[in-house]
Amino acid sequence: MDSTQTFQVFNRGPSPAARLVFFAVLSLLLMFVDARFRYLESTRSALSVLVSPLQRLATMPMLLMQQAGDFFVTQNSLLLDKKALQRQHGIDSVQLVQQQALLQENMQLRNLIALQKRNQYTGQFAEIVYTERDVFRRKVLINKGSVASVLPGQVVMDDKGIVGQITRVFPWLSEVTLITEKDHAVPVQVLRNGLRSVTFGAGDTSQLSLRYMPVSTDIQNGDILVTSGIDGIYPPGIPVAKVEKIERDAAYPFARISCLPIGGVDKYRQLLVLSAAPKLPERPEPEPVAVRGKLKKSGGH
Amino acid sequence: MPFLNHTQPEILRPVSTMFIVTSIVVALLLNGLPWGGLWLALRPDFVAVVLLYWCTHKPLRIGVGLSWAIGILADVGDASLFGQHALAYTLLAFGGVVLSRRIRMFDLREQTTQVLLILFSTYAIYALVHWQVNGQIVWPYFLGCLTSTLLWVPMSSLFQSMRQMRVDRE
Repeated sequence: MDSTQTFQVFNRGPSPAARLVFFAVLSLLLMFVDARFRYLESTRSALSVLVSPLQRLATMPMLLMQQAGDFFVTQNSLLLDKKALQRQHGIDSVQLVQQQALLQENMQLRNLIALQKRNQYTGQFAEIVYTERDVFRRKVLINKGSVASVLPGQVVMDDKGIVGQITRVFPWLSEVTLITEKDHAVPVQVLRNGLRSVTFGAGDTSQLSLRYMPVSTDIQNGDILVTSGIDGIYPPGIPVAKVEKIERDAAYPFARISCLPIGGVDKYRQLLVLSAAPKLPERPEPEPVAVRGKLKKSGGH
Repeated sequence: MPFLNHTQPEILRPVSTMFIVTSIVVALLLNGLPWGGLWLALRPDFVAVVLLYWCTHKPLRIGVGLSWAIGILADVGDASLFGQHALAYTLLAFGGVVLSRRIRMFDLREQTTQVLLILFSTYAIYALVHWQVNGQIVWPYFLGCLTSTLLWVPMSSLFQSMRQMRVDRE
């Protein structure tokens, strides 16, 4: 170091030691100011204009590589993805079907609740638990019995119309005879003109018939039959069936009228058991046949 | 290894300013690569090694002042405390300039031990500043000192051969 100073022929400015001291002090000062006061942020941002292109250039290969890696997805991972998606799809589709069934059920339950509110009948929900094994016997068993104070003769309906009638009651179950049971009678009225009649179950899967209606009777296809309330068992005004086909054959005294039930007799699981209708006064004893004959005769006079 | 014993037998072409600037820019770029984790600890300080090369081989062109300015740039790029790299590179340049004649007399293997000392002082500055600011000494800093020293031999032989190539092309 001494030699460089002693043999200095050309003027090279201050010696390296002087420069070292100067710049070291400057650096220390900068560090102190930066650490204590943070005055140098603007200087830093101005200088970063010089450096940031370099930095961007430095990080670019990595970014490009990542993008290329994203692009060249291996076939294996695609296959794995596909398999996972298919499995998920299977699970989801099962859930979707369940959800659709639940939606259906929910809708029907809402309808039942609305029905219960609309009419003044109180009723209780019941669910079909068994059906009859014999296809010709139109009966089902529901999960409410005498424990739930279900009585024989109560009417069972769904949100659209009459389904049947309680015929036997067990402690936890009761038997519902559907209106399509053979010879099961429901007193009805034609909604259009108030014509009284009685529907009978036809005994096959889903038909009712109106018997003993004269050929000339005023009934049309599409007529709605509602309960008449006669008999005191069925509450009046509940839809029962819709006239489907009328055969008027002059050779027979009666028209053959077949109807389809309006309620979902063989459709849903949820039913509404109506409370018993108010009891009617006792039906008077029928007159003895002999007396009636006498009266007729006397009437003839 | 013959290249280790290679002292400068031939006269090299004067170095163009472009070459110096490019080498420093490339060194800054290499320092700015997204190093992480252990690699960050093992990362040699390319700028320090390049500066040291130019300070020892061209002490009249690259000196303390320029090293300080480049240190400020390195600080901005590294988002470290303002003046930290500047102080370290100032010390490095001083060491390089003062020891330039001695270092140039040695062959590459002997140069390495000298370079290790200078780089160690540089890294000691980093560690000291870190200690003053954060209150703890980070020993893994000194791993970078070793790798930087290891970088010295390949880098200076590369630079020598590049300067040589310029001669051949003439």
